[in-house]
Amino acid sequence: MSAVTARDVSKIYTQGDVKVTALGKVSLTVETGEFVALAGPSGSGKTTLLNLIGGLDTPDGGEVTVNGMAFSTMSSGDLAELRLTQIGFVFQSYNLIPVLTAEENVAYILRLQGVGKKERQERARAILNDVGLEDKYDRKPSQLSGGQQQRVAVARALVSNPAIILADEPTANLDSKTGDSLLQMMREMNQKHHVTFIFSTHDAMVMEAAKRIVSMKDGQIVADKTKC
Amino acid sequence: MNDLSLAWRNIWRHPRRSILTMMAIGFAAMLLVFMLSFQFGSYESMINASVKLATGHLQVQGKGYNTKPEMRNVVPTPKAIMDKLSKTQGVDSVTPRAQTFVLASSDTRIRGVLVTGVDPEREKEVFTIPSLIRNGDYLSDKAPNTVIVGALLAKRLNTGVGKELTLLGQSFDGSIAATVVTVRGIFKSGIDAVDRAAIQMLLTDFDDLFVMNGAVHTVVAIIDELSQTAPLKAALEKDPLLKPLAVLDWIDLTPGLKQSIQMDLVGGIIMYGILIIVVAFSILNTFLMAVFERTREFGVMMAIGTTPRRLVKVMLMESMFMTGVGILAGMVTGALLTVYFSHAGISMGGATDLMAQYGMSGRLYPRLSLLSLLVGPTIIGVVTFLTALFPALKIPHLKPVDAMKAV
Repeated sequence: MSAVTARDVSKIYTQGDVKVTALGKVSLTVETGEFVALAGPSGSGKTTLLNLIGGLDTPDGGEVTVNGMAFSTMSSGDLAELRLTQIGFVFQSYNLIPVLTAEENVAYILRLQGVGKKERQERARAILNDVGLEDKYDRKPSQLSGGQQQRVAVARALVSNPAIILADEPTANLDSKTGDSLLQMMREMNQKHHVTFIFSTHDAMVMEAAKRIVSMKDGQIVADKTKC
Repeated sequence: MNDLSLAWRNIWRHPRRSILTMMAIGFAAMLLVFMLSFQFGSYESMINASVKLATGHLQVQGKGYNTKPEMRNVVPTPKAIMDKLSKTQGVDSVTPRAQTFVLASSDTRIRGVLVTGVDPEREKEVFTIPSLIRNGDYLSDKAPNTVIVGALLAKRLNTGVGKELTLLGQSFDGSIAATVVTVRGIFKSGIDAVDRAAIQMLLTDFDDLFVMNGAVHTVVAIIDELSQTAPLKAALEKDPLLKPLAVLDWIDLTPGLKQSIQMDLVGGIIMYGILIIVVAFSILNTFLMAVFERTREFGVMMAIGTTPRRLVKVMLMESMFMTGVGILAGMVTGALLTVYFSHAGISMGGATDLMAQYGMSGRLYPRLSLLSLLVGPTIIGVVTFLTALFPALKIPHLKPVDAMKAV
């Protein structure tokens, strides 16, 4: 079974009287364990596609399925549950909860899943150790650098063992060294845990790291290349 | 990290704003507790002054006497009634009264007056008129055939202390009652209706003059606690001894007083309503700001799997915490303030002399009660909860993808 299938999905935004096609009947299949980059310039539709795959937005046409579950048949509550258990998100600007520490940000997802306190702490600390933040458990986001915050965001996305991680330009706000280190970390997670990663990016370094590059332009997939 | 601790930390994101909001709620709660206690205390002073001047808290009369005061509608055995009332728990003092209308004439003038027969010793314990003598002395058992006269009436009759008045009326048995009495004192109650038409004489003189044969028209009782009036009245009404008679309380006897209190209360309620609306806007502002500035965060939290219901719950927890702390602080400070002034009193300044003329103390004493302590804070609690509900209920309408675009 494919991890993600998008079939003829489209998304049209209305700006005043003008209708803008962000995505025009795009189809994409991503298999379990793939490390895929959605590449393209700003406005090409990669973030829109990522949002549709993540169930954060609803398509105007077409169908998205994750692990065989079609979004069109799901209520908003079912979608929230799916996002909680199946999908991890990494956002461009980290989007950590500012009042929580690094450990609490990571453990928050487990709390939503009803995991007990002790197990939450153990799993959150283990994943923070994996991303190299073993000495930053008690730091709030404002006390962490951009790279460290993004590592916490990745740890948060990974901690619940989701089938898929969707990352929207994860290195865009990071310097090249930090970005590279983050990419290596995510690559390791992909290889070690067979987690499916889908990125949106226009960062050459990310595209270099990706095994498969889906190029987009003007809301269409213009190329889909898998490296040997 | 449970929802409660998340709500707690959210409150302290902006400590100054949260503290100001809690202070606004606390100030309003304190003001309501104190002002309501002050109002209730003032009403009690007014009622007590009024009942001590004219009616007492409770009266036992012949049925229908209050609306149609006829000479022959009497309490035939006042001693038994007085004994009963005196032994009733909560009753402070009791006095009998008999009254009728007569013509009073001085050397030069004649007026229709209400003459009341009183027991001077008991009267001193029940009513304030004995303390409102401006000229001469109050009635005494040792000075029969004397009267005290209202100040305005004395002026109209052109009489004074030591002068004589002739009283002419009808006795209980229908015969003519006539006597000459000496003015022993002039009183000024401050209430014109009383001062221009009232005369008091010894009950024994009244009994002889009007052939009452020991009967009176009312037995008046003063009770310890104003709030006990209604239950005492209800208990007395059930007593077999009082069944043939009517038991009336101060509301039955002076309906105008209750109406004026109700009018004053309505004015107060309007003011308190405005105060609560101001506080509600303060809360609304705080929570609208919280929702607006955290819209992006709500989007992220929904994206990672938080249900909107859970977010609303956290927001309402924040509101309830701030409201709870504010109300609690307001209730405590309001109660302390009230307790202090209920002992120290609040001077009425220039009105002191005026109030003293009406038998009222020149100081007003707020009175803390369960009602004055809980009514205002409860209303504030309900209003602020509903106000916080409005911005919180915007959360479920947020779409994660749109919310995350918020700045």
